[in-house]
Amino acid sequence: MAQKNPKDLILDIKDLVIHYETDDGTVEAVNGIDIQLEYGKTLGLVGETGSGKTTTALSVLRLVPDPPGVIKNGSIFLDGKDIMNLPQKELEAVRGHLASMIFQDPMTSLNPVFTVGDQISEVIALHENCSKAEADQKAGDMLEVVGIPRERFGEYPHQFSGGMKQRVVIAMALACNPKLLLADEPTTALDVTIQAQVLETMKGLREKYGSAMIMITHDLGIIAEVCDEVSVVYAGQIVEHGTLVDVFNHTRHPYTEGLFGSLPNIEIKRNRLSPIPGLMPDPTDLPKGCCFAPRCKYATPECEKARPGKKWLSDTHYVRCSRYDEPNFKIEREDQ
Amino acid sequence: MSRYVLKRLVMLIPVLIGVTFLVYFIISLSPGDTAAMLAGEDADAATIEALRHELGLDQPVIVQYAKYMLNLLQGDMGNSYKTGRPVTNMIVSCFPNTAKLAFWSILVAVGIALPIGVISATKQYSMFDNVGMVVALIGVATPNFWLGLMMIILFSLNLGWLPSGGNKGWSSYIMPAITLGTGDAALITRMTRSSMLEVIRADYIRTARAKGVPENKVVYQHALRNALIPVVTAIGLQFGSLLGGATLTETVFAWPGIGRSTVDSIKTKDTTQVLGNIVVLTITFSCVNLLVDILYAFIDPRIKAQYKK
Repeated sequence: MAQKNPKDLILDIKDLVIHYETDDGTVEAVNGIDIQLEYGKTLGLVGETGSGKTTTALSVLRLVPDPPGVIKNGSIFLDGKDIMNLPQKELEAVRGHLASMIFQDPMTSLNPVFTVGDQISEVIALHENCSKAEADQKAGDMLEVVGIPRERFGEYPHQFSGGMKQRVVIAMALACNPKLLLADEPTTALDVTIQAQVLETMKGLREKYGSAMIMITHDLGIIAEVCDEVSVVYAGQIVEHGTLVDVFNHTRHPYTEGLFGSLPNIEIKRNRLSPIPGLMPDPTDLPKGCCFAPRCKYATPECEKARPGKKWLSDTHYVRCSRYDEPNFKIEREDQ
Repeated sequence: MSRYVLKRLVMLIPVLIGVTFLVYFIISLSPGDTAAMLAGEDADAATIEALRHELGLDQPVIVQYAKYMLNLLQGDMGNSYKTGRPVTNMIVSCFPNTAKLAFWSILVAVGIALPIGVISATKQYSMFDNVGMVVALIGVATPNFWLGLMMIILFSLNLGWLPSGGNKGWSSYIMPAITLGTGDAALITRMTRSSMLEVIRADYIRTARAKGVPENKVVYQHALRNALIPVVTAIGLQFGSLLGGATLTETVFAWPGIGRSTVDSIKTKDTTQVLGNIVVLTITFSCVNLLVDILYAFIDPRIKAQYKK
């Protein structure tokens, strides 16, 4: 297994556990996630709705709503800063400056009573030592960077379309050249043509500013397009992690295989997609053993006994699947 | 925007006609003979009849009402049946007292309600929130006149600190303003809290936090302004009804305001004075509501866009 040099890491998350403690029970949202992301690299977090991707991203900025969210365990180091033990004031200095976040739904993530220009210039004025006029000037520049004419500075969110609003959110997130960008399904709420535009804008800007990025999505196409590394998340755990080539071309985990199986493929002629049977386990009542075992066609009674640990297949690639303890175990999906 | 204001002012006319019509008929249906009351106990039937004819009370109610409205449209509210002096005299002397009291009361109410409502919402289910909400519930449930009487017993009769009634300078404002203000504060507090609770969970509040906006700015700038519409509505309604005269509280504190004048006039069946007071009440109430609606446009740009249509 390969340990990355801590000095090269913009983000170092170890054994993160986050629960939501509600009256109806404890939701085990994140159950021991590790992320090591190097400066300038892009990591894709892929998984179903409710698998804990967003909670993980929110925890990087300590934005997990509390109550009911409780970070039970783990450490988060962002650019060498111990996020878990940072005082509120320093945390505010990190947010939007060192790392910033793009949210899923642009329709609701802008404040309806402030102009878009003011919302962008606010983040600049907060983090950069400059006058209001300079901040406004730079906010105007950012609007142009994301392809919105500067003249629309004084308009309100309701005067923009969904795609335009997401551009504003992106401009806001990038305004202070963050070293890490957390993009939480930035294109899910947009229609397909706009998705492509927004994605292009983001890719271009990431290259321009050299930010590292965590791209949260359930769209494997987006992962393939923008990511260097991929973590496949299931029930709050990373079940397979590796480089893009590792995960896409040398798929090992049965769940990842299932994800690819539920994609339409233009080259393979088949009548039906093969979705993964069953549902995600109830996060208030996770199985004792491997969480994917109840839906896994390779599962043995052994799988239900204990949670599988990390099994390193190469320097960059690991899976959590106890079947790989058997020397000759193979999943059906062929290496590409 | 000015077209919208004009439209709203024109709409005031049917409202006024409706209100005066209702009040006029209700008063005419109430028992008691105005002419007999005015003529005095010793008056004979002929004198009463003569007075009735002089006042036009022998005509059908609908005719009386039509005559009244014709005069009202020319700005003439008639003379008080009781004093014989123009109704406007009484209004001019009473309204400033009511307005000043209304101003101080609403200031007390907002001063208490906004901070408590906001803090309760940001610290939901905390000790502060629970205590605050119970106190607010008690405040809503406490009748104003009772609170007023209790304060008079304590601060005027027992301690002798404050005057029990009338308007004798600033110290006279304290008890009535607190009586009215706390009652209204209770309602505004609950309104602020529930409105803030809704907003504080909104996505754009999370966005503001993610930008690194300090928490107090998140609450007082980003959240409060969005939560303000229902709060301003409540404040406006309360202020409007205070301007119309808080009848019970003004009576308890013998406050020389519109509310008490209305109560006195109803007792003596002084129809013209009652109507005059109610016309003033209707106009001020509608104007305050209009002001609130205009205020919306400054709070929320989406509403401003609607007004322009």
